[in-house]
Amino acid sequence: MAERRTIERPLSPHLQIYRMTLTMAMSIVHRVTGAALYFGTLLLVWWLIAVSSSATQFDIVSAFFASWVGQLVLFGYTWALLHHMLGGIRHFIWDTGRGFNPQEREFLAMATIVGSIVLTLLVWTFGYMLKG
Amino acid sequence: MKTPLGRVRGLGTAHSGTEHFWLQRLTAVANLPLLIGFLIVIVALVGRSHAAVISTLTNPFVAILILSALISVVMHMRIGMQVIIEDYVHSEGRKILLLMANTFFSLGIGLAAAYALLKINFGL
Repeated sequence: MAERRTIERPLSPHLQIYRMTLTMAMSIVHRVTGAALYFGTLLLVWWLIAVSSSATQFDIVSAFFASWVGQLVLFGYTWALLHHMLGGIRHFIWDTGRGFNPQEREFLAMATIVGSIVLTLLVWTFGYMLKG
Repeated sequence: MKTPLGRVRGLGTAHSGTEHFWLQRLTAVANLPLLIGFLIVIVALVGRSHAAVISTLTNPFVAILILSALISVVMHMRIGMQVIIEDYVHSEGRKILLLMANTFFSLGIGLAAAYALLKINFGL
């Protein structure tokens, strides 16, 4: 029943011949945001070490995060986190065997994009409102 | 002739079965509440003074939340990056070096962050 034998399987065509679809782009973005979050952990370590070191070090890191470059990085990092988080929830839904038909896939993809942007804006709005 | 039981014994060619998949999901489930909590802490700390930040980070709930998040995040990021390396790096030597670097980076991040957090809590 399960003897090993070579089967002539069709080979995948090269990636370039595919038309980019939304779900395909989302898969790529999930991986890219994951990689960005990976290296972005350096920012967290920098911040924690600065807090643990001295008020001077804390002021340096705070000044960076308050600068426009720092704000841009943090804004992007917030979005990457929330996008990856919603993408993960999408994977949990798929893990249950649901959400695989074309309309559902497109809906989940759009929900992830819109949801990540809305949540990022909400987090930042709260951040500015609560700013001490 | 191989029975279905014989085929699954030894957990497949990688000998680890679905362990990687399972760990990715397990840490993802843990990351969800932990990072939402962490995000709330960070938002609450925007623009606060050094003293105020220390006072928040020495709250036991906050400290334990961040330590838990660190453990889960480090495991998740390590095996996530492992998949990226295995997908794109085909030369055996470079792949092994990058996989080692991945482990060192992830553990380094976790230990450095945990060290700083523990120092804030116990060592200032």
